[in-house]
Amino acid sequence: MNVLFFGIAKDIVGSSQITFSDEFKRPNSVADLKAQLIISYPELSKLTSLAVAVNSEYAEDDVSLTVDDEIAIIPPVSGG
Amino acid sequence: MNNQRYTRQTILKGFGIEGQKKLAEAKVLVVGAGGLGVPVLTYLNAMGVGAIGIVDNDIVSLTNLHRQVLYSESDIGQSKVKAALKKLKAQNPNTEIVIFNTFLTTKNALEIIADYDIVVDASDNFPTRYLVNDSCVILKKPFVYGALHGYEGQVSVFNYKDGPTYRCLFPNMPNENEVPNCNEHGVLGIIPGIIGNLQALETIKVLTGIGDLLSGKLLIFDGLQQSYQKIKFKLQPENIKIEKLQDFYEWNDPCEIVPTIEAQEIQKLLVDKPQIIDVRTIEEFKNYHLPDSVHIPLNELKANTGKINFSLPVYLLCQSGKRSETALKQLREQHPQSSLFSILGGLNQYLALCS
Repeated sequence: MNVLFFGIAKDIVGSSQITFSDEFKRPNSVADLKAQLIISYPELSKLTSLAVAVNSEYAEDDVSLTVDDEIAIIPPVSGG
Repeated sequence: MNNQRYTRQTILKGFGIEGQKKLAEAKVLVVGAGGLGVPVLTYLNAMGVGAIGIVDNDIVSLTNLHRQVLYSESDIGQSKVKAALKKLKAQNPNTEIVIFNTFLTTKNALEIIADYDIVVDASDNFPTRYLVNDSCVILKKPFVYGALHGYEGQVSVFNYKDGPTYRCLFPNMPNENEVPNCNEHGVLGIIPGIIGNLQALETIKVLTGIGDLLSGKLLIFDGLQQSYQKIKFKLQPENIKIEKLQDFYEWNDPCEIVPTIEAQEIQKLLVDKPQIIDVRTIEEFKNYHLPDSVHIPLNELKANTGKINFSLPVYLLCQSGKRSETALKQLREQHPQSSLFSILGGLNQYLALCS
């Protein structure tokens, strides 16, 4: 399971990508993923609107995740 | 219309004289004449869009020039819309250009936008982006969104024929300082050029009906990887039911002011064992906390309000005073009559003063 980070999320995590390879720690749902990421990167909790895409499709919290999923964490960006 | 001028695109299959006519009849409003607005304006003007409105109240500064390539050193200190008007007129005198030397506000947005077929959001801040979204939803106008962060950018077409809107992706406006802007974070000069040109392309496609639009799709461009990702998203029907603008889009809404208390006041109060709610993470709390403080992490606050006695004053604490502000706003919604305070500067300030 690959998780790609964009915008400020990439800056907070300090990397554009992380991989969940350990089966026991792998999140089961989008909500679970968000909760795990917030524990590892508490700064993420300050983002009001954080879009999550699973396999290039916007995903609500209840969407379940599997090992082959590619996930993108997309915060809003404001610059112009 | 001088046909010779546009011959390289009118001979193009699928565009033709018909496409050119549609552009000539179109009215496009560009909100922001900065990094994104400059390429949008330059290409829409060059390609023969009939009427263009430009909204901006900024002046040209030296730090704009590395990315806002329409402006020269001699324009520094001048109004952007006036400088842009002069350059665009020289580039293509046929376009009917109207300049609005103002920022978009709740007072002028609906009136300005109403005259146009489509809006290009080339602004540089969240309050304007949400104002553009809500105004376009109310007036049923499509808008082409573009935004930047460092080496990255996002593009989409919102509110196109009752399609998804900005709020379907990002329902609520971020708090101030949550996401840095270009002034704070920096931007590579070429990135707004790329994103703005993608916005101009989507605008031309909406106007002429060619190709597949980025409606219901968010394009994310990463300049360092030269990669484009497209994320599909759906309409959340409540988002096209907006009937009026919010009273405020600015961050400093007077109703949003959060009551605070100085950290040294807390030190004096400590002898009376005040009710201090520490909203930091478990790790931060374990690492250090004030005696007798109650730990409820911010993300669990709403589910744990039972641990708080709202008949007593509630002092909210975090590391820097930011999360405690958010916590206060959350609690105030549920308990508007209670006596809530955010400790200014948080533990950082407390420890600096009191240790």
